[in-house]
Amino acid sequence: MLAFLHQVLSGLATGGIYASVALALVMIYQATHQVNFAQGEMATFSTYMAWKMIDSGFPYWAAFLLTLVFAFVVGVTIERVIVRPFYKAPVLSVVAVFIGLLLIINSLSGAIFDYTIKPFPSPFPSDAWYGSPYLSSHEVGMIFVTLMVLALIFAFFRFTPLGLAMRAAAENPVSSRLVGVRVGWMLALGWGLAGMIGAVAGMMTAPIVYLDPYMMFSVLLYGFAGALLGGIDNPWGAVLGGFIVGVLQNLAGAYVVGTELMVTVALVIIVGILVIKPSGLFGRTIVTRV
Amino acid sequence: MATLDTSRPAAAALFAGLSLRAWKVIGLAAVLAAACVLPFTISSYQLLLANQVIVYAVALLGLNILTGYNGQFSLGHGAFYAIGAYCTAILLDKTGIPYWATIPLAGALCFVAGFLFGLPALRLEGHYLALATFALAVATPQLLKYKDFDFLTGGVQGIVISGPDTPGGLPLRSDQWLYFFCLLWTVPLFVLAWNLLRGRTGRALMAIRDHPLAASSMGIDLARYKSLTFGVSAMYTGIAGALGALLAQFVSPDSFDLFLSIRFLVGIVFGGLASMAGVFFGAIFIEFVPNLADLVSKAAPQAIYGIVLIVCMYLMPTGVMGLLRALGHKLGRLVAR
Amino acid sequence: MSAILETRGLSAAYGPTAVLKSVDLSVPQGGIVTLLGANGAGKTTTLRALCNMMVRVSGEIRFDHQRIDGKATEDIVRLGIAHVPDGRGTFVSLSVEENLRLGAYTRRDRQVAQDFERIYGYFPRLKERRRQQAGTLSGGEQQMLAISRALMLRPKLLLLDEPSFGLAPLVVQEIFRILRGINEQEGVSMLLVEQNANIALELAGYAYLLETGRVVLDGPPSTISSDESVRRSYLGY
Repeated sequence: MLAFLHQVLSGLATGGIYASVALALVMIYQATHQVNFAQGEMATFSTYMAWKMIDSGFPYWAAFLLTLVFAFVVGVTIERVIVRPFYKAPVLSVVAVFIGLLLIINSLSGAIFDYTIKPFPSPFPSDAWYGSPYLSSHEVGMIFVTLMVLALIFAFFRFTPLGLAMRAAAENPVSSRLVGVRVGWMLALGWGLAGMIGAVAGMMTAPIVYLDPYMMFSVLLYGFAGALLGGIDNPWGAVLGGFIVGVLQNLAGAYVVGTELMVTVALVIIVGILVIKPSGLFGRTIVTRV
Repeated sequence: MATLDTSRPAAAALFAGLSLRAWKVIGLAAVLAAACVLPFTISSYQLLLANQVIVYAVALLGLNILTGYNGQFSLGHGAFYAIGAYCTAILLDKTGIPYWATIPLAGALCFVAGFLFGLPALRLEGHYLALATFALAVATPQLLKYKDFDFLTGGVQGIVISGPDTPGGLPLRSDQWLYFFCLLWTVPLFVLAWNLLRGRTGRALMAIRDHPLAASSMGIDLARYKSLTFGVSAMYTGIAGALGALLAQFVSPDSFDLFLSIRFLVGIVFGGLASMAGVFFGAIFIEFVPNLADLVSKAAPQAIYGIVLIVCMYLMPTGVMGLLRALGHKLGRLVAR
Repeated sequence: MSAILETRGLSAAYGPTAVLKSVDLSVPQGGIVTLLGANGAGKTTTLRALCNMMVRVSGEIRFDHQRIDGKATEDIVRLGIAHVPDGRGTFVSLSVEENLRLGAYTRRDRQVAQDFERIYGYFPRLKERRRQQAGTLSGGEQQMLAISRALMLRPKLLLLDEPSFGLAPLVVQEIFRILRGINEQEGVSMLLVEQNANIALELAGYAYLLETGRVVLDGPPSTISSDESVRRSYLGY
């Protein structure tokens, strides 16, 4: 029972990361109906920036904040420069461009920071009071940070005019222009925010799995799984889906298939959801083109 | 390569008063002749590379049938390539089946695998299918490494196999024989695909790609066509994988990762979607670019693939073949004047 | 009376298809002008062209003595032109109140809160439903919401695209009564596109008749409605 509780709680901790990635994916999907395959690589690259800063003497939280700014700028830039011309392009072109981005950012990470595996510090001291037999202090801190980020993002969308304008731009670009919303910039802003959320996920993941250019591959997959489970057009659902997938993965790893087939579990979840209930648990029904 | 001859017909046709069709036949014959002479003119290493290009071309043709002609996505065709390769390797390793018989078995297995994966894919629109196949590609090496399959797959170590010997009486080195063996599979596969794609079936596939609703209202059975296409496509790529295993005499999980699948995508995008000749350009590209770019940096091949994907989408969404066709039309018009 | 909006040789096209051919319009300060015509005459296109939205535009547009042709839609809105588009353009997943808040998105003054009350005064039904998802409103309510959203801009000029479309006659009358009130009390100028010529001519002080992208007739309502062919084609008597 104790072990089970431990698995569930630590599943929630990793689930927080999947929830963040899922939210980042959903934000971009809602605005433009594009699935950002490069989301994980963007996060990895940002995490490398954080590593570089910490390595050269920055205090952790300063590096954390600067990395968020960096991730935001990168997100906005990618949207403006690379993604923007493809809003009306067929799906194939869009996916090809995102895969291209994935390759480029991944190779940039490798070229700049080389392919050796690097340890990444956790901001939470390992002997902190909130550590327990159930959860390490990093896992507790991770849950706290991801919940904070999610709360901030939701508050932003719910209570600020800019958040409202972004929701409007995602729903109805034409009407949004007519009330003066600069839709193009809202999309870029969405990319910036998604980049930031991803960067947080990356910085929370790295202390557990170590930092290397392929760090986010499986995280991205689980993020997809979470987003699909919750419904890819529903941010709340995606976050919940992320947490559920985290717990499922941990339990499956502990009791069913062992840790070696983690990614395969994600594959099974993804295909399973797509086959059984493509709209997810909380999503609107997807209108599939026959 | 000599494939160039077939792709500039418009200009040539008007030069010699021969029809476009006639020139295509002549060009094709020339290419085939060149392909038959090739192994006697180049070194063993070069022959290995040429052979790999042919194998990739078959794999790309498989992906192009699915993505280019039928508009279904796959970011996971490396998985079918892997299944084909492992099927051949395991059969050679564990049974006494002759190497040539493993190829159709690998093809059949991949057809079934592709068909089964294609069934759920029926319900998925573009992005979702891309996502599911992406997950398949990421999961493939892990599945191949899984310890409970060790007794078959050899786990992380993979399987070493010996290459086929030249059948008795033929005056060929074993690598030359393997080249012809691959060619013997490749040519019929391309002829089959050509027959399939130029007629009713091809039109149906493209109709499904372009106007799924209209296609189904014209009485095209979408489900049947799409899942069968998935199967055929996987079969082609699987046969390529089987041939590739013979060529490399070795299979291991990490050679079938996400990047293999992505290379296939790069190949068809570069060569030209929905183009049969284009897959050769794609195959040449994905075979040689990594070798060249590796000299610069370990990160370079991927970066180049990435840039090619994006630049192709910006500047030549129809790939090399589209470019050549456009050039051909221009030349043709110039000559006509 | 000086004109708040004036066009000279306004043309517009969707891709290669020219829809509007050299139209000269003028809306006086504080006036209501209506644009009549059959389906496909170019009425909606005219409004879109004024906002530089979804069409290719050429010609001269002056708003408040300032050239606005070539400006981006978002900037034109900021000058004080509010557009109630065809199909109402409701943000269906947002609440009624959020829809209204979006209407005031470009405003930086502090009177937005009061304007909510002012608008709810015109349309009490929206107040009752302010927390409701806008997509769940009836057609008439959505039209009221669209007009309200436009008014939240505190516009100098209101562009109305067939506000009567698909609504019951009683609802139409109510909406037009409110529009007249807004015009009289707040001095908002209006350019009204309508197929329902009868009711439009009652409200407007001047009318243009469009046929296949050209102005074929213009004048005060009395002149227009006394024209024999207009009576037969558009007024139905």
